[in-house]
Amino acid sequence: MNSVRLVDEEGVPQAVALSERVHWVGALDPNLRTFDIILKTANGTSYNAYVVRGSEGVAVIDTVKEGFASDFFARLECVADYAEIKVIVLNHLEPDHTGALPELMKRAPQAQLFISQKAQSMLKGLLKQDELSFTPVVTGDKVSLGDRSLEFLHTPYLHWPDTQCTYAPEEAMLFSGDVFGCHFCDNRLYNDKVGDFRFSFEYYYAHIMRPFKEYVVRALELIEPLPLKLIAPTHGPILRDRPQHYIQRYRQLSTPALHNELRPNQKTLLIFYISSYGNTRRMAEAIYQGAMQVEDVRVSLYDLEGGEVAPFVDLIEEADGLVLGTPTINGDAVKPIWDLLSSLTVVNLKNKLGGVFGSYGWTGEGVRLVEDRLRGLKLRVPIQGLRVKLIPTDDEIIECKAFGLELAQELTGVRESRVINFADL
Amino acid sequence: MAKATITFEDINVTVTVPAGTRVIEVSEKVGSGITYGCREGDCGTCIMKVTAGWNNLTEPSVLEDKILRENMAGKHNRLACQAQVLGGEISVRPV
Repeated sequence: MNSVRLVDEEGVPQAVALSERVHWVGALDPNLRTFDIILKTANGTSYNAYVVRGSEGVAVIDTVKEGFASDFFARLECVADYAEIKVIVLNHLEPDHTGALPELMKRAPQAQLFISQKAQSMLKGLLKQDELSFTPVVTGDKVSLGDRSLEFLHTPYLHWPDTQCTYAPEEAMLFSGDVFGCHFCDNRLYNDKVGDFRFSFEYYYAHIMRPFKEYVVRALELIEPLPLKLIAPTHGPILRDRPQHYIQRYRQLSTPALHNELRPNQKTLLIFYISSYGNTRRMAEAIYQGAMQVEDVRVSLYDLEGGEVAPFVDLIEEADGLVLGTPTINGDAVKPIWDLLSSLTVVNLKNKLGGVFGSYGWTGEGVRLVEDRLRGLKLRVPIQGLRVKLIPTDDEIIECKAFGLELAQELTGVRESRVINFADL
Repeated sequence: MAKATITFEDINVTVTVPAGTRVIEVSEKVGSGITYGCREGDCGTCIMKVTAGWNNLTEPSVLEDKILRENMAGKHNRLACQAQVLGGEISVRPV
């Protein structure tokens, strides 16, 4: 029998024991198909919450989405009286985990609320209660429940600024918040009992954690040394079979690979363009030639018309510089450029070098609009974009080559120091 | 009008600016790696390190101090969208 008993014979929700002292008190949402606008799920999700009982009190770790509060409270009441609740921990403040918090705090007003340092302003924004008292915690902070305790790990940006993990050392359990989670609803709860959730795990990482890889790596430095029998995330299966496997997978997914193919100190510059009459293409080829004059830069040239967005996003994620060529049509950059740009929020672009160029017929707004977008995506755009009216002349081709050279030099840091007057900017 | 210089160490660019200029007005135009989110002193994205000339910037407001604290900013860190140049020489870099 594979099933786990989540309700009794009369349909009343029941808590599930993960150990003698730890219970799952979450809720299942099998009908959800779209999460947070950006994620699909083919079989719903779960909102996992947990109770840890110590000799001197009970801790509730995370809650559920508001509409599922009745399941959560029914399960909580199976294993604890509200008067026993000494500690409430929020590992992450997103509403799918804090929906039942206001009611829980009414029922257990004596409980002390623990949140991360960065969660403080968000808590006020979410609950609109200025008088709410809480204790902000960082890595190394602990709270005792008598013969059980909780330790906090500061793991920001996985996937909000506020996110943290909570470790129960006596149980060797990690309450990881959304880290190691996935949208996969299965009433058998445990990873060794549920259906095949590998895709959901990878998909969740790709959409939720991928933009924050550097923070994932920092969090893993805290998590990897912990003795672990089980990882209890806030969504999807509870990872009791080979929990280390999921930690290793996060390590693999978050470790850059491109540097293995490059020489030491070699930089990479990607030039993407799209062209209707070949003018922007001619500019792209000249910029490519100019950039290739710098020895320590590996330059690549791609026609957006010849590829799909997802692999280009993969390339951009690990590149040092991104140059986009777009014509201006009806006062705007063209749709394939915007499609690429709107797909880049799943990767971290901060501080990559950006540059824009393009041919235009009469107004040429496209280049400036894309420059603004690149800045909005947190790239630095130090060299003003290059625009050419219709067919580039020989002189303009030389300008394009110089533009490419300058971009490549910017990447390698060989541009000399400059003094500029503000009025000239 | 009083003049000042601000150097963006990450790109080795120095800009001569009039007093009163906010760092945000300059850093994006020259392509420094200081990045911005809300641009109004609320999100903490643009925290920068002031490596020289701390006293040549306006003092942080109570609100800026609060955001710096919440983001666990280090010593000599400021929000680039809030800090204004007073005069003299200043050097900054992204954190």
